[in-house]
Amino acid sequence: MNAKRADKLATGILYFVAGLVVLILVALLGYILVQGVPEISWHFLTSPALAFEAGGGIGIQLFNSFYLLFLALLISLPISLGAGIYLNEYAPQNTLTGLVRTTIEILSSLPSVVVGLFGYLFFVVQFKLGFSILSGAFALTVFNLPILTRSIEEALANIDDNQREAGYALGLSRWETVTKIVVPAALPSIITGVVLSAGRIFGEAAALIYTAGQSAPALNFSDWNPFNISSPLSPMRPAETLAVHIWKINSEGIMPDAKAVSAGASAVLIIAVLLFNFLARWLGKRLYKHLTAE
Amino acid sequence: MADNTSMTTDQRNIMKFDPKAHEIALSTEDLHVFYGKSEAISEGDLQFERYKISALIGPSGSGKSTYLRSLNRMNDRIATVNGKIMYRGLDINSNDIDVYEMRRHIGMVFQRPNPFAKSIYENIAFALRQRGMNNKQELDEIVERSLRQAAMWDQVKDDLNKSALALSGGQQQRLCIARAIAIKPDILLLDEPASALDPVSTSQIEDTLLELKQNYTIIIVTHNMQQASRISDYTAFFNLGKVLEYAETGDIFTNPKVDLTNDYISGNFG
Repeated sequence: MNAKRADKLATGILYFVAGLVVLILVALLGYILVQGVPEISWHFLTSPALAFEAGGGIGIQLFNSFYLLFLALLISLPISLGAGIYLNEYAPQNTLTGLVRTTIEILSSLPSVVVGLFGYLFFVVQFKLGFSILSGAFALTVFNLPILTRSIEEALANIDDNQREAGYALGLSRWETVTKIVVPAALPSIITGVVLSAGRIFGEAAALIYTAGQSAPALNFSDWNPFNISSPLSPMRPAETLAVHIWKINSEGIMPDAKAVSAGASAVLIIAVLLFNFLARWLGKRLYKHLTAE
Repeated sequence: MADNTSMTTDQRNIMKFDPKAHEIALSTEDLHVFYGKSEAISEGDLQFERYKISALIGPSGSGKSTYLRSLNRMNDRIATVNGKIMYRGLDINSNDIDVYEMRRHIGMVFQRPNPFAKSIYENIAFALRQRGMNNKQELDEIVERSLRQAAMWDQVKDDLNKSALALSGGQQQRLCIARAIAIKPDILLLDEPASALDPVSTSQIEDTLLELKQNYTIIIVTHNMQQASRISDYTAFFNLGKVLEYAETGDIFTNPKVDLTNDYISGNFG
């Protein structure tokens, strides 16, 4: 076979493989959306789930998902930011930091169900937090920390060293240079990383089944005192999320319209995750534009 | 020429200033720079006169950039610098020196323009604000004066809030010069500031430096011998980590005392 034909053949195969990937993705998304979107209504998005009769919604699960996401980011973002800054800007390149990096990589490939069971033993049982939003948020933090730390570290590593030199040459300290020059310059990719990890957290189920629990008690949306157990903000109440709800309906749902609820909930979940991805791209591009040109 | 190189490395001709007639802004004594175990600078003792432009020339790897970066201790975390760097009677290479404060007196401009990902105004005002200058009017004045000194005020005065990254390479480099002089250093170190620029921008930068000479002591590393001869008062020739010749620029280019200098400036190597 001559080089030209080999090249043509290889190009053809690559097109086919890439096309296959796109096709599978489109088919999957299309199926979920076609099945689920007709089920979505304002009533479906806002009313509580019904265990035995038809017509239940996903309102509380949806709220729980966002609240858990918020708390998980609130805990993991500062830690990841600190760790990322330390690893990229301060840590000496020796075996110890190499070990830390390897550990982070291993942690990030931990199956989420393992994280969930660890969270159950550690937060739920050992620390007596019970099945609660707090346990769930901590489990999600364990799940999220390694990935977010990596992405922040990479965002910082992509900032040219000449930016740091510029800061030092103006008599700025390393801390000033990092916080006022390097981190702002890396902000577009940091935010992209945060939003992408938000999408992952939002769709996570296995890590939450044994930590945030599988029940969604009725909430009193007129009570915003986080210390009352029926308040939506209470971190000590059990909180089934959207992803857990989908898993639960499909494994043990006994409501007559279980299939429809599951389809609708899946569509909402997919749409939310897609939105996170688009938001990440849009925000990243916008911020980058803002920084590079008017 | 290779044989010639090994034969003549002992030949050196280093000018020393008469302290009564010349004011020394900066000098190095017994300076040695190591990267790990390999010695990058073994003999590099020079004196720099105040309000003059001194050029450091030499082939790639001769140590001229390493030398320059040692002067305001930009090499601190990369290399080991032994010896003294004397500035106003102080050895600024000692551990007791506040490096950050020292760098406000000895500023630096780099080879590749490196403006911050901030507005043109903020590029200049930022470092001042970090040191507690918050008076808007004062900041405005300094920004304007620095940009004027860098000969770019008229081009950017209406775009001060635009991102500095949208400027052309030559403008970015002049912004970097403006940024460096805004904090009013005594000495300005420039590491091949025009090597990434086109000839027009290069000549503008050279004009700017000749202007700045009235208020600043300038030390510039350059690959471009025409540039050294056009703008500098003194020239030092580096080779293999040693200064081989240091003299008035006119002498270096017309009547070098060291054979290797002659070879280099006539384009026989490097």
